[in-house]
Amino acid sequence: MTTLAAPPTKQPAPEKPAPATRGRSRAGRTMKGGKLAYAILIAAVLVSAFPFYWTIVAASRSNADLAKVPPTLLPGPNLIRNFEAVMEEADIGKALLNSFIVSGSITVGTVLCCTLAGFAFAKLRFRGRGALLAVTVGTMMIPPQLGVIPLFMLIAELQWVNQLQAVILPGLVSAFGVFFMRQYLVQSLPDELIEAARVDGASTARIFWSIVVPVARPGMAVLGMLTFMAAWNDFFWPIVALSSQEPTVQVALRQLGGGYVHDQSVIMAGTLLGTLPVLLVFGLLGRQIVGGIMQGAVKG
Amino acid sequence: MTLTASAKPVAPSRPPAVRRAWRKLSPYAYIAPFFTLFAAFGLFPLIYTAFVSLYRVELQTPGDMEWRGLGNYTALLGDEFFWTALRNTFTIGVISTVPQLVMALGLAHLLNYRLRGRTFLRTAMLLPYATSVAAATLVFAQLFGRDFGLINYVLGLVGFGPVDWQTGTVASQIAVSTIVIWRWTGYNALIYLAGMQSIPTELYEAAEMDGASRWRQFLHVTLPGLRPTILFTVVVSTIGATQLFGEPLLFEGSISGGISHQYQTLGLYMYEQGWGFFHLGRAAAIAWVMFLLILVLVGANALIARRRSRKEAGR
Repeated sequence: MTTLAAPPTKQPAPEKPAPATRGRSRAGRTMKGGKLAYAILIAAVLVSAFPFYWTIVAASRSNADLAKVPPTLLPGPNLIRNFEAVMEEADIGKALLNSFIVSGSITVGTVLCCTLAGFAFAKLRFRGRGALLAVTVGTMMIPPQLGVIPLFMLIAELQWVNQLQAVILPGLVSAFGVFFMRQYLVQSLPDELIEAARVDGASTARIFWSIVVPVARPGMAVLGMLTFMAAWNDFFWPIVALSSQEPTVQVALRQLGGGYVHDQSVIMAGTLLGTLPVLLVFGLLGRQIVGGIMQGAVKG
Repeated sequence: MTLTASAKPVAPSRPPAVRRAWRKLSPYAYIAPFFTLFAAFGLFPLIYTAFVSLYRVELQTPGDMEWRGLGNYTALLGDEFFWTALRNTFTIGVISTVPQLVMALGLAHLLNYRLRGRTFLRTAMLLPYATSVAAATLVFAQLFGRDFGLINYVLGLVGFGPVDWQTGTVASQIAVSTIVIWRWTGYNALIYLAGMQSIPTELYEAAEMDGASRWRQFLHVTLPGLRPTILFTVVVSTIGATQLFGEPLLFEGSISGGISHQYQTLGLYMYEQGWGFFHLGRAAAIAWVMFLLILVLVGANALIARRRSRKEAGR
């Protein structure tokens, strides 16, 4: 879903050895940030972070606290009680488990499919390669939301409504992922490596597992993180295909926001629980995710 | 499954003809898993939408299809709420996209300075992108509360009367757009930053030698260098804006987008027709209209971009 556009623009320039190696980290040449720059950036960080803080405050208070003027801005003692309430009212526990199953399967499956196809598009010759790649890239910009009606009819026909595979299987389709892995492998896997292995008599499958996958691993990791977050946060299709009997986190949150629960602090507790896992991933791998998005922007 | 098929080691003793044939065919084994899924769950639904939009299909009996010709489309054009949704999609799209991209550009420019803790700054700005639409909307719905919302309280401190963020058309659209802006500004800032970092430093050095101020450097080096990136973000944001769904749905939890449809978008209107009123055929017609809308908007973007760069080249 993220990035695409023009073909890779950044090519290493071996003919200028000295500046080229320094070229990437040209921090020394860029202008130093002044006080105003810091002030604006820190304000932006605060605006980004405040809703998270507020979620914690609201989730640890009672509904009555939230209706006070002036508003309370510090966390209170009710967090556990609100967690219990939301477990009961929206079955967040099951939703979390389902979301892990769905997002985990989508991540593993997508990375595998996209690496296989990306490798074929990057390094193998076959009839129809250009056309198939064009179809893949061409649909990348078309939002999947436009296909939900036939997709729903298909799922209904298969009797998959309210079953997790209804969300998992369509989730495995990532044209972006194929393109991303193709670009990654075009840039990082030299043809000579594959030729040498072929001369040694290695089959394509052998080459894939012992040469391509190790080289592709960093790209696969980036794609995996982006896929996991997108799958965890996906909203439209899960609320169509699933219901409160078999919810993912987003389906449960929709139910919470649907007006049946009136206790705002309970709603915020649910929001907090549903967001924590992604925040955790983000806390651990934030730097890589930032790198992945910026890299994708330049590459794609 | 296809993996095991292709994993068969090619024994050196195999006759070369078989080997050659296998080498010709085996690439397809690598793209097969993706294309099987892509055909079934990606391409087929997109194409079939046009077909479904010509039929009467009800949610309870999705297997029964009754020919309606263009009936779904004429019904759509005669529904005032369709026009409301179309208008709302447009206004919310502008209110959310324009400030978002302008702010992202400014933030990217600042992030491109030599900074302490730049990894932290970048990561923190991407934080909203990691939250789901549902979570972000529920939190903002609370902050935008009419009586006890924090935003009205702060506005009250500086002397603004309480704003009814739910009922007012403009107010509710601003509120919904705020959620979009909050979630996507940091992401776009990072995209711009990546674009800025690939502009050769020599250009800045040359500009400096010509005595160009920082602002002029931004105007005459950074912006032209970013043109493809800006076009990319404009296109992606435009497409995102036409699809807007979760924010208006969860802002108050109603599928009609407010009491008088004041912030119902096309995406939400489609959901209401399909899953609120059970008219899947009608919903498919809306999807098709949205697709055409995207084509027109992206085409317009591309045209403007091409016109501008031609003008530039002519200068």
